[in-house]
Amino acid sequence: MPGLDDLYREIILDHYRSPRNRGELPTPPARLAVGHNPLCGDEVTVYVDVENGTVADVKVSGQGCSISQSSASMMTQAVKGRSIDEVQSMVARFKSMLSIGEPPPPRSTSSNGDRDGGAATTSASSPGGEAGDVSGDGSELGDLEALRGVVKFPVRIKCATLAWNTLVEAIDAPIPT
Amino acid sequence: MTAAATTSHLIDVRAEFPLLARRFDDKPLVYLDSANTSQKPESVLVAMDEFARTTYAPINRSAYRLAAEATDVYEGARASVARFVNARDANEIVFTKNATESLNLVARAWGEDNLHEGDVVVLTHMEHHANIVPWHQLAAARGIELRWVPLTDDGELDLSGLDALLDGAKVFSFTALSNVLGTITPVRHLVDAAHTAGALAVVDACQHVPHGPTDVQGWDADFVAFSSHKMCGPSGIGALWGRAELLDATPPFLGGGNMISDVRLDGFTPAPVPAKFEAGTPPIIEAAGFAAAVDFLEGIGMDNVRRHEMTLTDYALTTLDERFGDRIRIHGPRNIEHRAGVLSFEFDDLHPHDVSQILDADNVCVRAGHHCAKPLMRLLGVTATARASLYLYNDIADVDALGDALERAGDYFAL
Ligand SMILES: Cc1ncc(COP(=O)(O)O)c(C=O)c1O
Repeated sequence: MPGLDDLYREIILDHYRSPRNRGELPTPPARLAVGHNPLCGDEVTVYVDVENGTVADVKVSGQGCSISQSSASMMTQAVKGRSIDEVQSMVARFKSMLSIGEPPPPRSTSSNGDRDGGAATTSASSPGGEAGDVSGDGSELGDLEALRGVVKFPVRIKCATLAWNTLVEAIDAPIPT
Repeated sequence: MTAAATTSHLIDVRAEFPLLARRFDDKPLVYLDSANTSQKPESVLVAMDEFARTTYAPINRSAYRLAAEATDVYEGARASVARFVNARDANEIVFTKNATESLNLVARAWGEDNLHEGDVVVLTHMEHHANIVPWHQLAAARGIELRWVPLTDDGELDLSGLDALLDGAKVFSFTALSNVLGTITPVRHLVDAAHTAGALAVVDACQHVPHGPTDVQGWDADFVAFSSHKMCGPSGIGALWGRAELLDATPPFLGGGNMISDVRLDGFTPAPVPAKFEAGTPPIIEAAGFAAAVDFLEGIGMDNVRRHEMTLTDYALTTLDERFGDRIRIHGPRNIEHRAGVLSFEFDDLHPHDVSQILDADNVCVRAGHHCAKPLMRLLGVTATARASLYLYNDIADVDALGDALERAGDYFAL
């Protein structure tokens, strides 16, 4: 059996103990979405403030296990200041690291490049779309790499992706009035 | 409490459960999830295997001797289960898939025939989803009203307002033993209250039948639901006990083969009870296993099972409190007479998922989640709990292993 230390990496425990960007944002201007993990009843609320196509601020509230909470915390650090396109590509990369979903779209180099345009430049991806294509670039997923070990504990994958799916929903949500 | 004082009431049947010999990482398995589903003794496995090898055939429809033998086994299982819960007659036992189907049968077949808009069904805050959702479905379809018996701080039913809640009610459906809190409810008292109010008494005994003597006549209930897989039997079969005249008066639930005495172009005539409620080919091999499970439990004696679990539960509550003090919060009644070996707990502010993950590294199997009782979770102010549940094959060493593993979990996440 894979060791616990594969799952609970030190950086994960650090984010769990001191979560970053916890709290709420005023809505409006922020949007929000609530995500549930039906398996364990966990619930997170993601607030995202998008200005000029860029994540100006993001906060997370709610409760969950160390994996879902640390993943949310690292996510907020990773997406803050990023364009929506970059965020979407990061979500895809993160899920691909956890072996779920479509293979990630190739990294777009320009912040406003659409996916179809980016698809022409496949050189940035390593063959096979395995998790290796995220490992080289600390600025892409950074600390989030630590969550790679979750793959070996399949029931926990939903914990790791909860905040990410909720972020995508929040970005797509209408701005509350 | 000293170990010597505790062990006198313990039974030792672990060796009869092949699966419990399984090892992970060359360490023994500590199976503490029997409230979820139970392991099977050798005798149950052998009974199903032998039946499948020597006697398996369709039941009820064929004249050849093999089919007659198979039918005898199937109907014999019905008689065994009836005896086990002290039913008056074997035909008061309907075989279903599980307790969930049994409760759905009551809500749908009896409920749709007897309940109308504005009728009241009373449930409790400690019900399993299996005893909530079918009534919600009926409420949506029929416009019936659901009322809820609240809980005390100690995790028992708060019966102070029971008569008012039952006033005008048509059904009172409640658990005999909470799968989250371990609470044993005063079934006979609740049945009497229901009957006084003119309501039907439906008992979810899914957690009760495996863990102590069950007497459906002593309860004076109307319907009682339970599952084989929680009582050392196979999954795939469960039972609904119903009073004969009620079953007779209830229309069929699922339609198909086996449940009819005649089918015409313009309609059908249902078979007599219990076949009326057993549409299609039933779980035949599983019935053989269910009967063997009943024989196994009767051989031990349900009083002994209950005493064993009381002893272990007492030991667990005492030692976990001693070891962890305020670091552990175990839900449910402290009075051992009112509770079974279901221990839902919070530990060190750790999330139940993390607790069960760390415990698994020591082969300690506990459930983390909402235990199909989300209304109760909300009442407890949690989204989930970790739950260790004890059965007749658990022993002092299992409880100690739980404590040791919790200690390691605390160290691991030490803030
Ligand atoms: C109290 C209670 N009722 C009903 C059920 C449903 O049992 P089954 O899943 O076997 O239908 C359970 C199972 O967890 C239970 O604990």
